[in-house]
Amino acid sequence: MGKFLLVTIQVDLYDRLALNLETDLANMVNKTGARGVLIDISALSIVDSFMGRILGNIGTMSKIMDAESVVVGMQPAVAITLVELGLELKGVSTALNVEKGMQLLHTKVGSFEDEEKEEDADDNSIE
Amino acid sequence: MIIVLSKDAMAIQKEQDVVPFRNRVKEYAVKIGMSLVNQTKLITAASELVRNMLKYGGGGSTLIEVISKGRENGIRLTFADKGPGIKDIPLAMQDGYSTGKSLGLGLPGAKRLVSEFDIKSTPGKGTTVTVIKWKNG
Ligand SMILES: Nc1ncnc2c1ncn2[C@@H]1O[C@H](COP(=O)(O)OP(=O)(O)O)[C@@H](O)[C@H]1O
Ligand SMILES: [Mg+2]
Repeated sequence: MGKFLLVTIQVDLYDRLALNLETDLANMVNKTGARGVLIDISALSIVDSFMGRILGNIGTMSKIMDAESVVVGMQPAVAITLVELGLELKGVSTALNVEKGMQLLHTKVGSFEDEEKEEDADDNSIE
Repeated sequence: MIIVLSKDAMAIQKEQDVVPFRNRVKEYAVKIGMSLVNQTKLITAASELVRNMLKYGGGGSTLIEVISKGRENGIRLTFADKGPGIKDIPLAMQDGYSTGKSLGLGLPGAKRLVSEFDIKSTPGKGTTVTVIKWKNG
């Protein structure tokens, strides 16, 4: 899975840890040259405007670093609450689960498929 | 008439207090049998208000009460700080208004997420926000 990063947010994070997530991810994308970031938030029991902004920032940051990002696994109660809170999560792509998120990421970075197939062949990796 | 069934006070001084406070609110919401969606709405509103208290009010105190009115049970949360207060409350209640370079959704969003919302503020003295979420509200 060389070209995608999978980030699972395991617990409700303290603010500073959530902010660290933003910089850690930027560094990881930079270091690995990942083309896609998948953020699994299925363990988050709430998303308030603070966490929402971080998810949005990660999306923007990924774009700037030429990577796509998808947020997956948002609990239905969280999604319902976000609408009423008024948080639009602009620029954040979402998918139901990790599998669907992967598919979406593949589509989003699809235009680079040929190039990557060549790389894969060089690495002798199995898809 | 509102009857108070239980009271639990918790001081909020630092960002590490936010998650334990949210968990405490959840415990009470679960105890009275609030639905998951209503719990999530209440806890999200609580998170917004407790963050405001930290960011703008320099911390403060919270009160979690289990209340009952007629046949309906609910949770009442009070957030009180002795910070700078809010000069123009209608302005602060507008979507997108923020003096902290954030989204400006905390106050108006919290109001939408609860059953009853009350804010009182005196410039130079502090701010108190009280919300109620009825179990089936
Ligand atoms: N407890 C408080 N004490 C002083 N000012 C506050 C307090 N809570 C909110 N405010 C003011 O109201 C504004 C709007 O708050 P809010 O809707 O939560 O948005 P945000 O937190 O993104 O700024 C804040 O920017 C701040 O100026
Ligand atoms: Mg706020």
